[in-house]
Amino acid sequence: MAGSIDDRLVLGARDSETVPGVAIPFAGRVHEWVVTVDHKKLGLMYIGGGLVFFLVAGLQAATIRLQLAVPDAGIVSPQVFNRLLTLHGTAMVFLVGMPILTGFFNYLVPLMIGARDLAFPRLNAFGFWLWFFGSLLLYFSYIGGGGMEGAGSAPSVGWFAYAPMTETPFSRGHSTDYWILSILLASVGSTATAINLIATAFSMRCPGMTLNKMPVLVWLAVVDAGLMLVALPPLSAAQIMLLLDRYMGAHFFDTQAGGSALLWQHFFWIFGHPEVYVLVIPAFAFASEIIPVFSRKVIFGYEVMVAASCAIGFISLGVWAHHMFSVGLTPAGNAFFVTSTMLVGIPTGIKIFNWLGTMWGGRIRLRVPMLFAIAFLFQFLIAGLTGIILAVAPFDWQLTDTYFVVAHFHYILVGAILFMIFAAIYYWFPKATGRMLDERLGQWHFWLFLAGFHLTFDTLHFAGLAGMPRRIYTYQPGRGFETPNLIASIGVIFQALGMIALVYNIIRSLNSGKAAGKDPWDAWTLEWTTASPPPEYNFADVPTVHSRRPLWDVKHPEDPDWKYE
Amino acid sequence: MGSVRSVAGSIDARLRNAVGCLPLRRWLSHLSLSAFVILSGSQARAEDWGMGAANRQVPTGGVFSPVSTPASAIATLAWFTLAVTLAIFLVVGGLLAYSVIRFRARPGDEPREPAQLYGSNPIEFAWTAIPLLIVFVLVLTTVRTIYDVQAAAEPPDAIHVRVIGHQWWWEFRYPDLGIVTANELHVPLSDPAHPTPTWLVLESADVAHSFWVPRLAGKTDLIPNKINTMWIDPHQAGIYLGQCAEFCGTEHAMMLIRVVVEPRSMFDRWVAAQRMPAASQEAVAHGQEVFEGNACASCHAVKGSSARGTYGPDLTHLMSRQTFGSGVATNTPEHLKIWVRDPAQMKPGALMPAMNLSESDLDDLVTWMITLK
Repeated sequence: MAGSIDDRLVLGARDSETVPGVAIPFAGRVHEWVVTVDHKKLGLMYIGGGLVFFLVAGLQAATIRLQLAVPDAGIVSPQVFNRLLTLHGTAMVFLVGMPILTGFFNYLVPLMIGARDLAFPRLNAFGFWLWFFGSLLLYFSYIGGGGMEGAGSAPSVGWFAYAPMTETPFSRGHSTDYWILSILLASVGSTATAINLIATAFSMRCPGMTLNKMPVLVWLAVVDAGLMLVALPPLSAAQIMLLLDRYMGAHFFDTQAGGSALLWQHFFWIFGHPEVYVLVIPAFAFASEIIPVFSRKVIFGYEVMVAASCAIGFISLGVWAHHMFSVGLTPAGNAFFVTSTMLVGIPTGIKIFNWLGTMWGGRIRLRVPMLFAIAFLFQFLIAGLTGIILAVAPFDWQLTDTYFVVAHFHYILVGAILFMIFAAIYYWFPKATGRMLDERLGQWHFWLFLAGFHLTFDTLHFAGLAGMPRRIYTYQPGRGFETPNLIASIGVIFQALGMIALVYNIIRSLNSGKAAGKDPWDAWTLEWTTASPPPEYNFADVPTVHSRRPLWDVKHPEDPDWKYE
Repeated sequence: MGSVRSVAGSIDARLRNAVGCLPLRRWLSHLSLSAFVILSGSQARAEDWGMGAANRQVPTGGVFSPVSTPASAIATLAWFTLAVTLAIFLVVGGLLAYSVIRFRARPGDEPREPAQLYGSNPIEFAWTAIPLLIVFVLVLTTVRTIYDVQAAAEPPDAIHVRVIGHQWWWEFRYPDLGIVTANELHVPLSDPAHPTPTWLVLESADVAHSFWVPRLAGKTDLIPNKINTMWIDPHQAGIYLGQCAEFCGTEHAMMLIRVVVEPRSMFDRWVAAQRMPAASQEAVAHGQEVFEGNACASCHAVKGSSARGTYGPDLTHLMSRQTFGSGVATNTPEHLKIWVRDPAQMKPGALMPAMNLSESDLDDLVTWMITLK
């Protein structure tokens, strides 16, 4: 694809877009995306990059399930298996969940508040490229992780990398270093994004949009960014301390020299638990936009929804040690974290009830985004209830570090978050590309993935109750683990077929999807007032709003929202 | 290492292909070859070394078939929690399902939008207050069980065991009884009228582990530089299976536990036998010489011989155990021979090296080992 001299002259010359018959050469288009500071391009790059890593880490998960389908299988060696589970977990959180969700916020927040970009567009690009190269570092460990001793390849310490297994006596070579540096870069990038989102929401809103009139999604972006801002620094600090341990003779977590293994756990989970909310709050945000539009009703209890989200943010900072009920805390310590954890259930319940209230009395259109959102409601309800079960500390002594926990958090990460990411893809794809995704293929995707999800993760709860710990590369026959594991592995086939339907749908619709127009869903927020895809400047005229649903006011001048807010 | 080399090989091949643009068929043959090398390079474990049959002799049962007070207390609380959460699921899930079905759009609907309802403070209050009450009840019952299990007083007749986690096996020391053993924990039956529970002190020699036998108690972690305790008072004789529950490295999956619960008289007989040193026997003296003269003795101890290593399991009464390698294989002479020849064949990643003994030395060594009863 090397361009001729003439081609190179065209690089970056956007005007050529409008000249009929002159296509921008491939290198020119790449260049345009590489140097961009446009929040929409960066948002799409986050989402696209995240989806690529999703396929890679998903294949790693499929390999894990293949190995565990039957007892004593020899598909992969224990060393390879432990690398798979480490990279699957780390990638799904930092290389998939975080970028896809920040990508959506990047894309949507300025459009929804009537702004032309984020507050700091260059900082935004900087954050993206930090994330991008950090992500490559993680997978580069397969090549460079051996180090001079030739020991190891990719990291095999698990995604929460408990000390002292990460210290040099137990992790030789450079695999753990790649893990540390990759996460460090990604978290610095996310911190930059968090600052950017908060600044944007507080200072770039269009005329008339008071805080009380911000779309729920933007409110949740602010809560999410606030959580990132507070939760990521302890992780970065711990990673730096670990690097000091490994290379400069510090002993923070080095138990052989008197360091504390528990200190790492506290640092990690002070980040790690809010991180769960950092990932799930965007799912709440999508649900709070999609459910009203497809129920044809205003969101029920806007103020309560916003307050509940803030409450979840605050409480989630004080629950981290529920990941550590089995480390030997005092009874009083356990009791504190039982209480704080259960309290999170209250604002979370309020949110479910308000979505229910939104659907109640509506006229629910069962299009693909809404199907995913309805499945999300049920699955999130179950995940929340197994969360309550795990918050019962004595029960947790049995369940922690078993497949019950694996099933629980996949119910959140897949059943809630990934389902809402799918919903968001179907909902906003027309805005970003100007073309609709195919409804029939979307239905195939939904039902196949739903079946696969339940086959896999419902059954894994029972493997845990039967006594199967997580992170084991194989298990012996005769302990009652065979049946749930086989069913769980079969479920992967359905999930993979669903994903093929999605990928095929995206590729096909990009080329030949139905034209979307400005507002294909008859929706109410500002992003639907501009062209699909939106021009680089988003809005030719900065809009003025009078209510939380500006397009409702336009479409129903006889009964506008601002009368009731 | 085979798999590392083959990964590098396949990347190398891909680079060459990218540069040289080989025809598709050769490219595919490269790919399938490297896939073959990756798969064959991994050590297959198609064999269960007798453990499937051994496991099937033990009644299965998990969290909900407790045989010891801490596990029973947890199971009771667990049933209560499950009942509460199931009730919540039925009510809320039922409402969700009802609203989706009842309020779905139908072809004959009027074209106008449904009535817009912005919220309702009494309803918001109700669905805040009711969950708050449920949480209140759950917290109280939970905290009560926490104290029942964690703050239980130790009775005077308790048995003491130090449990030390190693990569990837368990060391059990009975300081009051002068016994050191591995991987299979023996404890006496505890009669509720005269309780003799076992108090476990948990420590780690390397990384974090977790001691978990679901039918006896919840898990407690073994953390280096920290001393944890837990207790069990089994009231039903039998064998209970468990395993390490905190990811601890390569062979985390094969760090299994067997707990043998026996009536007091049998337990006392076991204690008496375990306290004896190994008896030297003329007929198998050469096997003992092989053991003492090779690196075996620097990691393993056999009381009554010159071997005093502490890095690996104490082998003084090896043959009193049903399994070895932390539950990787049943304890038969054939399995022992395979193990000593190359432990990686059964447990890839195990820290014990292949001993490279001659076949006759290996035979003599195993012949001596099976006298360690």
